[in-house]
Amino acid sequence: MLYSAIPAARGLYDPALESDSCGVAAIVDIQGRAGHDIVVDAIRALQNLAHRGACGREPATGDGAGITLAVPAALFDAVTDFPLPPPGRYATGLCFLPRDPDDRARARRRIENLAAAEHLEVLGWRPMPVEPERAGIGVTADGCRPHIDQLFVAAPAAAGVRPGGLDLDRLVYPLRRRAERPGPDDAPAVYFPSLSARTIVYKGMLTAEQLAHFYPDLRDPRCVSAIALVHSRYSTNTFPSWTLAQPFRYSAHNGEINTIRGNRNRMRAREPALRTPRIAGDLTRLFPICSPGGSDSATLDEVLELLHLSGRSLPHAVTMMIPPAWENDPTLDARRRGFHRFHAALLEAWDGPACLPFTDGRVFGAVLDRNGLRPGRWWRTLDDRVVFGSESGVLDLPPDQIVEKGRLEPGRMFLVDTGAGRVVPSDELLAGLARTHPYRHWLRAGQVALADLPRPDARPRTCTATPQAHRLFGYTREDLDVLLAPMAGTGREPLGSMGNDTPPAVLSPRPRLLYDYVTEMFAQVTNPPLDSIRERIVTTTAVAVGPEDNLLACSPEACRRLLLPGPVLTADELDTVRTLTADGPHPALATRVLPALFSADGPSGDALAAGLTALCRAADDAVDSGFGLLVVTDRGAGPDSVPIPSLLAVSAVHHHLIRTGRRTRVGLLVETGDAREVHHVAALLGFGASAVCPYLAFDTVRALAVAAGDDPDTAASNYRHALVAGVLEVMSKMGISVLGSYVGAQTFEAIGLGRDVIDTYLPGTASRIGGASLSDLADDARARHSAAYGESDSGTEELDSGGIYRYRRDGEPHLFTPETVFLLQHATRSGRADIFARYSDEVDRLAAAGGALRGLLGFRTGVHPPIPVEQVEPEERILTRFATGAMSYGSISAEAHTALAVAMNRIGGRSNSGEGGEDPDRLGDPLRRSAVKQIASGRFGVTAEYLADATDLQIKMAQGAKPGEGGQLPGGKVYPWIARTRHSTPGVGLISPPPHHDIYSIEDLAQLIHDLRCANPRARIHVKLVSGVGVGIVAAGVAKGHADVVLISGQDGGTGAALLTALAHSGTPWEIGLAETQQTLVLGGLRDRITVQCDGGLRTGRDVLVAALLGAEEYGFATAPLVVLGCILMRVCHLDTCPVGIATQNPELREKFTGRAEFVEQFFRFVAEDVRRRLAELGLSSLDDAIGRVDLLEPATAVAHWRAAGLDLSPLFVPPVDASGGRPQRRRTRRAAPPAGETLDDRLRSAAADALTGSRPVRIEARVRNTDRTVGTLLGAEITARHGRAGLPDDTVRVELRGSAGQSLGAFLPPGITITVTGDANDYVAKGLSGGRVVVRPDPTAHFAAHTQIIAGNTLLYGATSGEVFLRGRVGERFAVRNSGADAVCEGAGDHACEYMTGGRVVILGATGRNLAAGMSGGLAHVLDLDPVRVNRDSVHLTAVEPGDLEPLRKLLAAHRDRTGSPIAAALLVHWPCAAARFTTILPVDYARVRAAEQRSEPATAGAGGG
Amino acid sequence: MADPRGFLRYRRIEPPHRPVGERTRDWAEIAAPIAPAEHDRLIRDQATRCMDCGIPFCHSGSAGCPLGNLIPEWNDLVRRDLWAEASRRLHATNNFPEFTGRICPAPCESACVLALSDPAAAVTIEKIEQAIADHAFADGTVTPQPPKRRTGRSVAVVGSGPAGLAAAQQLTRAGHAVTVFERDDRLGGLLRYGIPAYKMDKALIDRRIAQLHAEGTRFRTGCDVGTDPTLARLRADFDAVVLAVGAGATRDMDLPGHDLSGVHQAMEYLVAANHDCEGDGPTPIHAAGRRVVIIGGGDTGADCLGTAHRHRAASITQLDYRVRPPDTRDENRSPWPLVPWVLRTTPAHAEGGERRFEVGVQRFVGDDHGRLRALVVAEVDAHRARVGAEFEIPCDLALLAIGFDGVRPGTLLDDGPATTARGTLDCGPDWQTDEPGVFVCGDAHRGASLVVWAIAEGRAAARGVDTYLTGRSRLPAPVTPDSRVLTTG
Repeated sequence: MLYSAIPAARGLYDPALESDSCGVAAIVDIQGRAGHDIVVDAIRALQNLAHRGACGREPATGDGAGITLAVPAALFDAVTDFPLPPPGRYATGLCFLPRDPDDRARARRRIENLAAAEHLEVLGWRPMPVEPERAGIGVTADGCRPHIDQLFVAAPAAAGVRPGGLDLDRLVYPLRRRAERPGPDDAPAVYFPSLSARTIVYKGMLTAEQLAHFYPDLRDPRCVSAIALVHSRYSTNTFPSWTLAQPFRYSAHNGEINTIRGNRNRMRAREPALRTPRIAGDLTRLFPICSPGGSDSATLDEVLELLHLSGRSLPHAVTMMIPPAWENDPTLDARRRGFHRFHAALLEAWDGPACLPFTDGRVFGAVLDRNGLRPGRWWRTLDDRVVFGSESGVLDLPPDQIVEKGRLEPGRMFLVDTGAGRVVPSDELLAGLARTHPYRHWLRAGQVALADLPRPDARPRTCTATPQAHRLFGYTREDLDVLLAPMAGTGREPLGSMGNDTPPAVLSPRPRLLYDYVTEMFAQVTNPPLDSIRERIVTTTAVAVGPEDNLLACSPEACRRLLLPGPVLTADELDTVRTLTADGPHPALATRVLPALFSADGPSGDALAAGLTALCRAADDAVDSGFGLLVVTDRGAGPDSVPIPSLLAVSAVHHHLIRTGRRTRVGLLVETGDAREVHHVAALLGFGASAVCPYLAFDTVRALAVAAGDDPDTAASNYRHALVAGVLEVMSKMGISVLGSYVGAQTFEAIGLGRDVIDTYLPGTASRIGGASLSDLADDARARHSAAYGESDSGTEELDSGGIYRYRRDGEPHLFTPETVFLLQHATRSGRADIFARYSDEVDRLAAAGGALRGLLGFRTGVHPPIPVEQVEPEERILTRFATGAMSYGSISAEAHTALAVAMNRIGGRSNSGEGGEDPDRLGDPLRRSAVKQIASGRFGVTAEYLADATDLQIKMAQGAKPGEGGQLPGGKVYPWIARTRHSTPGVGLISPPPHHDIYSIEDLAQLIHDLRCANPRARIHVKLVSGVGVGIVAAGVAKGHADVVLISGQDGGTGAALLTALAHSGTPWEIGLAETQQTLVLGGLRDRITVQCDGGLRTGRDVLVAALLGAEEYGFATAPLVVLGCILMRVCHLDTCPVGIATQNPELREKFTGRAEFVEQFFRFVAEDVRRRLAELGLSSLDDAIGRVDLLEPATAVAHWRAAGLDLSPLFVPPVDASGGRPQRRRTRRAAPPAGETLDDRLRSAAADALTGSRPVRIEARVRNTDRTVGTLLGAEITARHGRAGLPDDTVRVELRGSAGQSLGAFLPPGITITVTGDANDYVAKGLSGGRVVVRPDPTAHFAAHTQIIAGNTLLYGATSGEVFLRGRVGERFAVRNSGADAVCEGAGDHACEYMTGGRVVILGATGRNLAAGMSGGLAHVLDLDPVRVNRDSVHLTAVEPGDLEPLRKLLAAHRDRTGSPIAAALLVHWPCAAARFTTILPVDYARVRAAEQRSEPATAGAGGG
Repeated sequence: MADPRGFLRYRRIEPPHRPVGERTRDWAEIAAPIAPAEHDRLIRDQATRCMDCGIPFCHSGSAGCPLGNLIPEWNDLVRRDLWAEASRRLHATNNFPEFTGRICPAPCESACVLALSDPAAAVTIEKIEQAIADHAFADGTVTPQPPKRRTGRSVAVVGSGPAGLAAAQQLTRAGHAVTVFERDDRLGGLLRYGIPAYKMDKALIDRRIAQLHAEGTRFRTGCDVGTDPTLARLRADFDAVVLAVGAGATRDMDLPGHDLSGVHQAMEYLVAANHDCEGDGPTPIHAAGRRVVIIGGGDTGADCLGTAHRHRAASITQLDYRVRPPDTRDENRSPWPLVPWVLRTTPAHAEGGERRFEVGVQRFVGDDHGRLRALVVAEVDAHRARVGAEFEIPCDLALLAIGFDGVRPGTLLDDGPATTARGTLDCGPDWQTDEPGVFVCGDAHRGASLVVWAIAEGRAAARGVDTYLTGRSRLPAPVTPDSRVLTTG
């Protein structure tokens, strides 16, 4: 990578995993009047976004900042010593060149030669003035700083006029691309931030503050522009670069593209078909379109650029790449649907959270992704300018100058055309695009729906579900009993619980399926997972399959497609597809079937390779013969032919066709006997198939249904539904909403696959420890084959047991066995060290036999001489490093939860509350409280008091058992005492959403860390991550967000309930994630400021020591202490039937609880002793000496497992280096530097001193701006600390603010504080409100009608438990999400309002977005003039306001009127109670039931709110 | 998938026994007649109680079933009324569930998770097993499974107890020509003559032997291997030999009066009684009207007790030198899932008789005719040392049920494979003794143990033999020669 501090790949660190996220803003003069003030304002806005950017090890080295301007021709005329053509007739751009003069000369010479080759004229070079000293840039940034010159080029005049503008940009585009590619003559490559006749980009590895200091151009009054777009980068990684700073040439991107891998693969596949008359010459000189080493944002910009330069307008190209959620929107007109459907055939959606502002110098526009997961706000002023920003308040605009303000909304484009001098309404723009071609007509001619194809004659089909077929494809009894039967019965994938303690597939003694070697990737921190259930409206599982046309053309041929309603086909449906022939009505979709089989004879690896080669050759042949659909099938196996694992076959064909340039000419389907689980189908799609026909599974569920006396059609239909819903869930984990974009996205990581398999057949898949070879896979396939076709003399016709979900003696090995459970329980109960030693030995033996990766790691004892154990630090010091895992009160019983807390408090370790709040009775009790309080996506019970009581606050980004997924506490487990703690309604199920709705990006996480720091300044802040490829880079981002602890959880962690797919197939072992984290943190010089904790199936002292040597300072245990308390791994936690009284609330079962805190103490003492003994053997006197000592680890010598021969664990042992050359830091040695400087809250705290001490009312006035974040929380924390839950009397502290409040205004505010903002506010207002009051109202001098304008951002009142919020104006997406007790009034809301709400009363006095009340299970919403189609009715019904609710509603309206001066509220009250008829109450069904029951039994206490 | 709430809905109920007064009048099994439909329902409800544990301790070898019976799976099949499928699943690990369903002391039930907090709450696994097996025979789904192809190799199995029969069936099904040699006149070993008929109807053995026979196993009774034929002869005539000769060396007590008439080994008494039941003529050791004292508190003693009841003994006393076990589990001494050390009350105990603990026999006292008249006993400690005063128990018939000491001595041992200090036959990990081609399994290897262990060893040894004969084997091996149950030691 050029001009960057990004180190080369080393160990487990891979720079390809780097990603970023950021803040953006723009200033645009609608009339196109250029001015320097626009540049100045944009830079000021950039500086106000500084908190969204990040700094690495040195504050002076920024992650990147930049600005895009329309070319300031006057400035360049003045500063060049050569004549320039008229403005627009030349292209210019900064050029990053080598600092070395010779290299630079050669580079420039090459550019000049290339210009000549492209028939361009180099007008001259201007040395770009830069002032690094003035800017004060950091050592790292300076160290890799390029020399910067400015290039001016023009094209020769044709007919006396030089080409200009867009035409010229098309001519210089090849020059720039060629120059940026390394030349054959060894000349150094260069980088142009831009090279255009229309725009120019100034950017660098700078902080927002430094940008204008670094580039004097930007301070020059002659530097004028009508458009200025700025960007500040927060790279998750530690290693920013000059070239990856933003904006890019056309866009700046705040977000993440989750589908990037598939997008890149497809772009590469499309290249052979690309043709455009608009770009001269052979396009191959521009390939690859997606430059290697680029960020997702860079790639996105490159494709955007190509689409634009080849003829589409920038808004058109953007809409193609980031389309709205048109699929499920019934309100969209047919023409626009046609537009989107047509383009979906050309280009898959680039899916992921995105706020994408873009400009070509004339238009400025911005869009959001379909989910609206990034904020975007805009203001229009009296003088016809637009200010756009990723948050409110980026510029101080006098309130009386603002005529309009709004926010970006998903599915709508904000566009200013400075040429036309107007803001183009979104509908006009999109309707205009939809009219450019007769798309609907084309679609009618070209597309064919599966349902419209004639069914072939019904042939009697023989059922394939024979024992022989089952053996051939490795079916087990568990597959039938645990997976297929429940899926067929319920239409849902079954749930399981506890962790996974089976070996990785590569170490299994059984022939595991290839699917088991790939694990699903999941979103954490840098991109949010989606909620595919509650936010179904943005998702689609329909898929179109067929040949693609030239992406750059627009013709009817482009949409020749077969439309499938979903990605899972029955055998009958596939037969229907097979009727598509070359001589039929859809010749472009002619289908050919390709058998995927290999020989049963000869050396296995060679036979399989030959089979794959033949398959790929057959695919080539089919494509060349003009077939448009290929079906890879493993039917037809026999005594001599073995099915190729279908994942291998599909991926091999997919990648082979990409390599040979044929991929986009065909659609790929797969017909297979081996796929049966959700994970299998997801993997086949992810590796390139557009649809899957699991014929054997279908036949099997039908046969099972017949045997059980059920209807086979229903069973098959249920089963398909379960598969598709499961695939959607898997996609959602990665934040992908559109199946078409998921296909080929390869969001998988391999564990235990060797290079020969990966490089040839699954290229691009991370596989970091090597593993099974092609021969091994072939051997496994042959073993299954011979079980099917060889003689069967075992005397039984039974299939193998499986034993993955339930222990079986002849099944998959487990670490918790009857023996180890017994030994652990007996040892800790009897206090017998000899039994504990037997337990440890047995677990370690099972691990070493292949049960866990760590079992394959040995200790190098000879490095230091052993020392007597007495010289090792005492047990007590080791005990303080132990923690118990997050298990919520609710998922486990009070007895178990308290026993863990008591044990940990006694030994000086830490127990974890889990996500469910904590019984107030235990808060503050030093013996019974949980030291670690968790903050998860549901925010249950997260009150100011809860936060204040914590020693550690842990943000759970993901959970090992089910990373990327939310959670559910079924209604049956929500007993009254649980409901009380969680601020919800008894008997009503609770949902934890997959994402934290206040964390859609790394800077959001930094914000939450800051919020929590304010809520409890004494607590350590943890961030819990799950091991998966790239976790180290996320951990570095966490360190940069000033967290104190990062927890790396292994995939084997436990859960109270998870889908089996997630339990078995998501995440990676902690050994890999921990090593990657350690290496990345050390590399970035961040290790010394953050503590690393590790958990996930730790069981013994040996486990602790391995974790220490790999780099962890603290160790979490969950399942083992539960076993100590009596858990026998029943794995029914989700059913509330735990027979030992742990994972249940049922009083009858809790009676059976026999655990005691003493047993848990005993366990940890045993472990600590074991650690001491092992430290002594290694010659180390403390754990501190062991942390990060990877040199004391080595591959265990006794690895005898046959498939493990290909494993290479050495990446785990790579001693980390510090990229800056410093001495590598192995562990934390200093506290994270808290952000410096006095905050507004510090001032509020001093001003409120009287109130704090004497409870005397105070009133404070102050200015506020967007950089004042989390206002009021520190003050609130002080009040909570002094006065507890009750806080202060109402209105004791009144804070009157003026301006734009930064994010998290009034977070966790306790009773007694009222914050009133006159102006507006950003996202997360009143997050976790705990009794306080927040009022936001517009400035009285503003010109607009308040209720038409935006007053506050997204995700307000998230997890609020009590208090009041009054917002005079419209608000963004997800208003009152997970509100569980606060009352709130606003005057209009975006999509997903009241989502997951469980309590409180919300009043909306204006229009709402879509998906209102999704997953709402408690509380009430009263909406004025409700449009009922906006409501998600899955869990609510609509009623008139009930008599009992009239008075509370009136009171809220009156308070709203009084607090905000709302004319709407006033008018309603004038006509009260008649006006009440205009309200509709949204009443959750469950809540209504419970409320009715309550009213019957005790009418007095039934009130709204439930909190 | 089990019904997760079954155990909360149903309590443990066992099928009823016939009234004591009725059942002690005959030798038929003690189960009360019950309408098949009602019995099925009862069993299904009980099977519904199974929780399908994540770790089914019942299925584990170290604490539950050495056979590795797939208990949760067939429980669920029974719950769903799929009896034939349940039988297949049951027979997948157990050759003779109709035996184990009746006479196994059911360590699986001790290890049942429902027994964790209440030992009396375990799933009635054994009754369900018996019901599945009985159902299968009644439905005709137990059919011969002759091998698909023959290997041409031959195996001699010595002993037709459960270990020998299991090994023979497995080896026959693997394609070998198997001949079973039995010293007695009838097949079945201890099943036939050791177990009283009221515990297990002997017709069940014949029914099962018929299946083996139909599969191709050949049987020779009345052959005292070691004498005729000799082991050497067998080794010459067969490709492999499996010794499943049991551990019939009974322990004796060398006390004054030991030779008196009326002092017998328990096995003498039980075997003779069984011959009587088989119609071989009246037993020479009848307890009718006699004062019986059984020495030894174990299962053999209990069998003597039930037999003596049916002989209408005048009185029966069972002596045990050990302390009386507690009524509830002692968590330190025998924590779950180990078999709890608690007072076991078998149906025979429920039929009457007196039990005395911490007493040891000091001597036998005879009358003038050399007939036993009384026992002199005394309170003893855990090491059988006398700690209290002596007293007399009147007694006409004393039965010694004090255990076994390995393989019964004889010529087989004289020129046979090496033995252990415990008098059992030694073997390597492949069940082969130090004599090549000679294998051992069952009590002859393990010492007196449970029928499930005998079957498990028979199955496992069959795999060893099969491997020995063909170089590979697909037969299952539920246990290894060094398999041990979990202990706290």
